[in-house]
This record gives sequence, C-alpha cells and structure tokens, in this order.
Amino acid sequence: GPELIKQAHGLHGFISWWVCLQDSGGFQMVSLVELSEVAEEGVRFRSPYNGEEIRLTPEKSIEIQNALGSDIMMQLDDVVSSTVTGPRVEEAMYRSIRWLDRCIAANSKPAEQSLFAIVQGGLDPALRTKCLEEMTRRDVPGFAIGGLSGGEAKDQFWRMVTLSTDPLPSLWGSPGVSDTWGYATDLVVCVALGCDMFDCVFPTRTAGAWGWPHPAHVPRPALALGSRLLTPAVLGVWPHAACASHRVFLPRPRYSRAFLHALVRSETVAMHLLTVHNIAYQLSLMRSIRESIVEQRFPQFVQDFMTTMYGSRERYPPWAVEALASVHITLE
Amino acid sequence: MKLSLSKVVSGCRLGTLTNLGKNGVQTVELPGCLLYTKTGSPPHLTHDTLQTIKGVPDIVQLTLSTLVELHDVLEEFKEGVGKFIGMPDSVLYCSLHDPGTPCPFGYNNNKSVSIWGYGGRVEMTTSKFMNMQRAFKPDWIQCLSDGDTISGETSRKRAKKSVDRSLSFLDECIQLQEKSPELQSSVMIGVIEGGDVLEERLRSARETAKRPVGGFLLDGFQGLAMAKETKLKLMDSVTAELPEDKPRLIHGIGKPDEVLECIERGVDIFESFFPYQVTERGCALSFSYNYNPDPEATVIKQNGIQDTGKSHTEKDINETSKADPEITSFEIFLKEKRYRDDFGPLVHGCTCYCCQNHSRAYVHHLLVTNELLAGVLLMMHNFQHYFSFFHSIRDALRDDRLDQLKELIFRQACETQEMHSQASECRGRR
Repeated sequence: GPELIKQAHGLHGFISWWVCLQDSGGFQMVSLVELSEVAEEGVRFRSPYNGEEIRLTPEKSIEIQNALGSDIMMQLDDVVSSTVTGPRVEEAMYRSIRWLDRCIAANSKPAEQSLFAIVQGGLDPALRTKCLEEMTRRDVPGFAIGGLSGGEAKDQFWRMVTLSTDPLPSLWGSPGVSDTWGYATDLVVCVALGCDMFDCVFPTRTAGAWGWPHPAHVPRPALALGSRLLTPAVLGVWPHAACASHRVFLPRPRYSRAFLHALVRSETVAMHLLTVHNIAYQLSLMRSIRESIVEQRFPQFVQDFMTTMYGSRERYPPWAVEALASVHITLE
Repeated sequence: MKLSLSKVVSGCRLGTLTNLGKNGVQTVELPGCLLYTKTGSPPHLTHDTLQTIKGVPDIVQLTLSTLVELHDVLEEFKEGVGKFIGMPDSVLYCSLHDPGTPCPFGYNNNKSVSIWGYGGRVEMTTSKFMNMQRAFKPDWIQCLSDGDTISGETSRKRAKKSVDRSLSFLDECIQLQEKSPELQSSVMIGVIEGGDVLEERLRSARETAKRPVGGFLLDGFQGLAMAKETKLKLMDSVTAELPEDKPRLIHGIGKPDEVLECIERGVDIFESFFPYQVTERGCALSFSYNYNPDPEATVIKQNGIQDTGKSHTEKDINETSKADPEITSFEIFLKEKRYRDDFGPLVHGCTCYCCQNHSRAYVHHLLVTNELLAGVLLMMHNFQHYFSFFHSIRDALRDDRLDQLKELIFRQACETQEMHSQASECRGRR
C-alpha cells in the first residue's frame, strides 16, 4: 500500500534501490481480463486472492505512483490484447488519450517524477497514427509503446513499432519503453527501429526454464536447461560451459551446465543463477549496442549479431530482415 | 586429520580439527556445525550470496539422497563432487539422508540401505555405495549404515540388527576403500546405531571404535519418538566409550537448547538444517546468544528477548497457530501482520546482509507476495545467526561462561512451551 511505502521513505527506501520505473497497473487489464471491468471512470478489478474489489482510476494510479515516489511513472492506459480486433481497439485508444490528460493533471510532482505516455491503437496503423498525433501534442517526457507482444505475428509487431517510433521526438532522447519484448533479436531490431529502453522481464521470467548460454559477443538461441534433451548423455559434461566470460562467475566458471541441469529440477538457486546470467547477458548486449552506436558502426554490429545468432542468411527471420531493411540496414 | 582438545569442561569439548581437506591445510574449531546443502548447493544461495555470510563453516555437508541421480554424471566428470558443485576448496562430508526430509521406514535389509532421491527409492549395497563415493571423492564419508530405528516402535531385536548390519557394512566399506586409490585421503566416519537399547549402543560404540575410522556419527537420535532423557543418557554412555582424539558428529539435532545438551554429552559437530527449516516456514532466527553482561550488549539481548517473548495477544496467537506448528521461540514469524510496518532490521545489531540493508516490513512483503528473494534474505540471516551462535558457544567455553549461555538459551527455549500452551488454551476457549 502507498501509506506503508510513504512510511518507509518511498519506494527507494523500501526496496533499497536507486532508480525506479513503475507501471500503472494497466497491464493487469489484459492479464486479469476475466476479473476486470473497464469504464470511462476507470477499471474495477476483482482480486484473484480474496475476491475483494479494487478500483483503479487514472487519478488513483497517479496518486499511488506519487506516493511510492518512482522516478518514471506510467500513465494508466486502456489496454486490450493485441489479438483483439474491432471497435474495442478504437475505444481503448481514444480512452488512453483521455486518461493521459487526467494522469497529467493528477501528477502532483511533475518536477521529480516523469510521467510517460503509452501509445495504443492495436495493430491498426491508422489508429496508432492518430494516437501518436494526439499524445505527442501533450507535454510528456517519454513514451512507451503499449499493446504489443500479446501474441501478434512478428511481421505486424515490427510495423507497429516502427510506426510508433517514427514521429517521436527522438532528439530529446525520450525513452520508448517496449514492455515484455525480450528476445535478443527483438532488442536489436527495436533499437534499430528507434526504441531506447527495454524492461528485463524476459530474462528473469524465463529463468525457471531457460538459459542463454553465451555472452552477448557470441549470441546464440536460448537453451532449454530443464528439457529432457539435456540428459548427461546428450549434454556430455561441459565443465567450462556456462558463463565462461561473465564477471558474475569469475574467477573461472564455477558452475557447469550439467550442475545447473541438476539444480533446475529442485532448487530455487538454479533460478537465481539463471536470472543473474540472463540479466548479465541482456546488459552486456545493450552495452555492446551502445558502444557500436557511439563508434558509428551499429549496422556492422547488427550484421555480426545476425550472423552469430543464426549462422547463415537463410535462417534469418524474414520479419527481422524486412524490419532492418526499412531503416536501411541491409543484411548480407 | 588431527584433533587437539584445548579444554574439556563438564563434558563439553573445546578444540580444533587441523590438517583437513585434500591438501591438509584447513582447520575447524569445535564445537561447530556443517554447512547444509541440497543437491550440492546451500539452499537459495549462490556462491556470491554465500560469500557475504560471516562465519560459514569450512565443512560442507552433502547428502547422498539429493545427489544420487548424479552418479553417472560425476563418473564422467572424474574431478569429484567438490569441483562439480563449485566448492573445490571446501572440506566435504557426504551423509546418507537429507536431515530436512524424513525418510520412510522399513526399507533396509542385510544387503542394502534405501535412500530416497528425487526419483524415488534407491537401494544402496556396499559396492554401489562405494562406487558412488569413488566418483564423488568426498573428504569424509558417512559409512553406509542402518539407522531405521527412530520410528518409536523399535524392538530390541531390530536395534540389535541395526548394529550388526552397520558393523558389517563398515567392514565391507573399509575393505573397498583400501582397494580404491582415489579414496586414500578420505576419512570414513563410523556410525553408531542401536536405537534406544543401551547395551546395543555400547556394543556399537565399542566395536566401531575398534575399526580404522576417522570419526564417529551418533545416528538414530532424530525425531521425537525417543524421550529426551533417554537420548541424553544414551549419548552420555556412548561418548564415554569413544576415543578422545576423534570427532563426534550427530544428525538431526538443530535447536539451540538441544545443541547445548548434546555438547555437554561430548558431541562436537552438528548440522545446519535448522536455520533452513526456519527459513522455509518464513521465520527469522531472533534468539539471543550474547551471554556477555556488559551494559551495551544487555540492551541488544533484551531487545531480542522482548521480540520473541512479547506477550502474545489473542490475535497474534491465532496468526501464529495458522503458521507452522514447528515454530519455536528462537524465531519470529515474519508473515504476521504486525511486521507489515515494522521498518527495523530482523534483529537489532545483526551484521548480516539482510539486517544491514532491509527491514522486517520488506521481508514481510516478499513473503506475502511469494517472492523467491524472501528465502534468499532469510537464509542469509538465519545461517549467519546460527553460525554466530556456535561461535558464541566456543567463546563461552573458552571464558568459562557456558552456564550463562545455557541459562540464556534455556530461558528462551521455555518460551516455546509457553507459546504453544497459550495457543492451545486460546483454541480451547473457542
């Protein structure tokens, strides 16, 4: 609760962290769709735990976020899953704009807490364009691309991303937060399309079942550690495999894939190790991207990335090739 | 391995074990405890988080039951379990069963002992057992033994059998060890069985002591079936039969008051599954082990006691009784509502990572929302608290202050009984 966090000297004090970005609670309209009811005033959730009713309005969401004191706040948006079509998408888009105005008005600490707008409009280019037009007219320090990664085709996904990032005032370096896209290729392509900032839900959430076996310089497809294919006979024992060049596992690889394989079955520590590894992977990937941009060799970075990730041209995902071509990165 | 006793006070042995491990350079102080692990890892903790804990024991306890399915992997790996689990420098003690998980009764026979892995029952004959040890290469091996006497309905005949079997397993294992070049530096720990039958216990102790073992394990004292007085009497008689220059381990004893009672009966080494169990039920160890009556320390001590012995309101008791009935007065149950806005550390004055960086309210929040981080933070605190307790025992022995420490611990142990009797009274009124 917000009162409790206030007593704890804000979110930073409570979780002992430096900079916090907080979501508005809008995503739960998708994840708890059966338990929620949206109206112009706001959204009503039934708690999945005790059936208790929770009302969330744009004002309430900002009040909570103001009380918690996060550095970056998200507007409450009307989120529909990207697989939904029809008038509901349009309604949600226009409502998100109205709710943005209400959130801006409700923000009691605009100097200390940045409020980001969330671009909606489903997979309809006309609706997204309209939403962008309206939202960029408001005085907001950053934008998030909302309503994607809900199961739409990758081909539609990148077109919506590029459409959303095109008119954004990138000179300000406004971060476009693209929620829940985590795959390494998605990250690289979205950077090429103009996104600045990503969450790390994917590397943490997938730690239970997946591991990315290589540091960013050698990107490889994800490896399923819990799968049956990785019995010792198939896997062999690779004592020096996991995280060979990761600082977290220095001075030399402490844990082999075989040991992680054994831990995954029963021990939470496996998830901690994979989370650390996966986040290190993503941070390292983003660092490499930044360096390549600073050194003005980002197109070459993308080329190297794709080659290492997929081996040969015919294995590149067509959507990624097309998306990159749209920003003049032509792959060999 | 060399044991030097610096002091023996009313049964309690203060000393040092030196020349431990593969290179014979490690040293462990007694009385002490082992580092508890499951599948070769301390629960919830990575190497990095373990490093932040003060006083981590140098001897790691591995349990065969949680590692049995890795036999073929380790055979292929060839470099031993220490390197495999990322602890190449630790002294490794491999025991049979996981002290955190009770194993079913009635599956042992003259040829084999059953252990329970994740995939179910595995029958261990001496040759299979020693094959595994050859692949694991631990520093200390708990010999294969029949400890199936703790159910409370053990006959004299069954107790005798447990001794006979364990002795014959020991002879076979020692023979196999002699023929294994990879186990020449490993130490066999002889296991003393015999249930609650004094003469069988004595026979087990005497006969085991005649064999070339490096230390002794007092087995079969787990669980609640045997009366405490019986346990302590048996321990007294058993340790009297054992040579002074070899360490004595015990399994299944973890509560601070019980640890002290065993130390008085000449036991040297304990496990550390107790702080793990405390962690798993959402609790933090909060008992005071500071017997030093200097004014500053007294404040901390009183803080600790007030916390645990706080007069329980009816509401609190209801909440507590909804929790694990195993909760003792050595710990606080952080899921309770009263910790929701308690921004103090788990224990005032504690130097662990959790107490230095986080509040009770934060841990409460993590527990309520089922975050894995709760287990990590609690495990860090509970391990450090428990290891410090052993440090305090050694200090007390050295300073001739064990009576003060005992008084302090037993006063807190009594509160456990009060806590539970209050809770049942309260339930009775409804």
